[in-house]
Amino acid sequence: MSTGLPTAFDHRLARFPFPFPREKYRYSANVEPAQTLVGTAAGEWGDRLIEIDADYLHELSARRSILAADPSRIALLDHMRPAAWDALLTVLEALSTEYPEHMALSRSGTTCRWVNTLLNEDLEFAVGDDSSIPGGPLRFLSSQVQEDIVLLDQREDALWLDGGVVTFAADWSMGFDVGMRFLEVHGPVPRIHEEQIITRAQQFLMRLQAGQNYRRTNWTMTIDRRLDTSTETYPAWGHDRTRIAEDPALHERLHLRVEVQHLVRLPRSGALMFLVRTYLASLEELATIPAWRQRLGNVLAELPQDMADYKGISKYREAAARWLLEA
Amino acid sequence: MNTQLASTADEPTTADRSAAVSTHLELVVADATYLTQDIREIVLRDPCRQNLPSYAPGSHLVIECEGHANPYSLTGSGDSPAEYRISVLHCPDGRGGSSAVHRLGLGERVRVSLPRSAFPPVASARHHLLIAGGIGITPTLSHLRAAASWGKSAELLYTYRPQQAAHLDEIRDLCKRTPSLSLREFAGRNSFRDGLVEALGRQPLGTHLYACGPQNFMESVIAEARKACWPESRLHIEAFGTANLDPGKPFTVHLARTGGSVHIPSGTSLLEALQKSGVSVPNLCRQGVCGECRIPVKKGRPQHRDLYLNEQEKASNATIMCCVSRSHEPELELDI
Repeated sequence: MSTGLPTAFDHRLARFPFPFPREKYRYSANVEPAQTLVGTAAGEWGDRLIEIDADYLHELSARRSILAADPSRIALLDHMRPAAWDALLTVLEALSTEYPEHMALSRSGTTCRWVNTLLNEDLEFAVGDDSSIPGGPLRFLSSQVQEDIVLLDQREDALWLDGGVVTFAADWSMGFDVGMRFLEVHGPVPRIHEEQIITRAQQFLMRLQAGQNYRRTNWTMTIDRRLDTSTETYPAWGHDRTRIAEDPALHERLHLRVEVQHLVRLPRSGALMFLVRTYLASLEELATIPAWRQRLGNVLAELPQDMADYKGISKYREAAARWLLEA
Repeated sequence: MNTQLASTADEPTTADRSAAVSTHLELVVADATYLTQDIREIVLRDPCRQNLPSYAPGSHLVIECEGHANPYSLTGSGDSPAEYRISVLHCPDGRGGSSAVHRLGLGERVRVSLPRSAFPPVASARHHLLIAGGIGITPTLSHLRAAASWGKSAELLYTYRPQQAAHLDEIRDLCKRTPSLSLREFAGRNSFRDGLVEALGRQPLGTHLYACGPQNFMESVIAEARKACWPESRLHIEAFGTANLDPGKPFTVHLARTGGSVHIPSGTSLLEALQKSGVSVPNLCRQGVCGECRIPVKKGRPQHRDLYLNEQEKASNATIMCCVSRSHEPELELDI
């Protein structure tokens, strides 16, 4: 039986959003218009808002387990209920446009019908009625896309992280950050405050109008194909970071972790939505593309210490660079 | 270099990576009615009857009509709307935009901007105090509809001249059947001022105030609210166009290294003009934020409109962010 999903393992590299346009990496407000195709040394990516790939069923099932074990990964302040419904409608509309062979949203008044043949789902719900949709709008949305979802409210000339479903966090905690200002959420990041990158980013986001979607990439490194590297599960993955440098299987276990973050002004509620999609590729996989092998090696070798510390890669980045550049 | 190319070529080029982001719609006038003697409601639809982009309460669109481009508030529900509704007061002393809209015929095609949000409700407000003077009812009406559909608490003070109140029946009906809404009407300046002072004094903590109407009306509402010690962050007025940079004056740039000149018409960015004339410039956000499109300036005074350069850098006039910034003088020399 065909699942309708891409099966080739190579798909991961062919669609991998390799994030280094230069030999050095520094923070910048690296936003660009969404839904524009980018060619890479291994293929291309970026033509879609929502990316569904061969890991779709696996990642959705991982998210279900995480949410069942730890409900603090989902949060929604009361005033964000309209934003959650707006996020649901906006993303389901995007899915039915980008994947018409598998997904369809139809609507009459407040009654909507959603069909997703990849999950064998066909259901009706009423916009604004939380009890009409399994788990409410935000949790249901998180069962349809691999992306983590963060909702920001805009008020008092600032952005506030007031809701979201984040099961695949790169070393942060949604439950801890909820209710904070955008600038507070980014408080621990080095350099971006002195260089005013984060205030510029906030200005940009606050001016973003509906219909003009943007995106940016961010990256770090993760040991094994572990999507859930949240603060909550730190005891399960933190110690790997001290041991990996000596591990002969470093090139198999160490992954470049790239986030593609879509920045969407939700049209009905005026809230901002971040869709954070996480991609992992091991050094071994990346090294099959010579240009990437060289570039990642150079970036890791050159990265200033404070940035490496913040990313949590100090203990092994030299070993990784050595493997990439010398092997 | 070819100045004609720069000023006339309007289609996206392959170098223009954001060209796919469309900012305008072509719609048809599906219906038009006089709500009062001077206020005409226009209903716009997609020619193929597709649903139109959703919008937040208080949003407006800019209609291009007979050479005018005027913003009008959307009065309907912004949730996957089948149509856009605007109500336009005829201003015979204005620049002519409203006359042109009043002349639009049924079935006529018009080019409009995507809805832009610059006067949204504050989601976390405990209560919304909406204050509308005359035609200022238009964005207020969409606020009221949103409050009704989400069960949010809102009170409307509506002041109008007799026989000139647009949407009055609709508003009375909406407020009557929605428990979380209330309405107070005023037909005279003095009774309104008394009602305003009274209303300002009895709002629960956490109330946000939204005023829309003629400029002097909004100013007097805000002045009364300040007198009643309302915090600034709770006061909101409709200010059209703040979300848009103005189109700017035309100017010409000379390219010191490659030679040649490029003319930048009003409404076209320096970046767009350079790209259309074949000069490739790295760029990302096109909103003066990311810093990618920085170009060195050799002579002249850039009119800086970006958020990227700091005050010192702006004062030095050594570089320009060409996606949003322009020139103070008719000519500018770039070091490219």
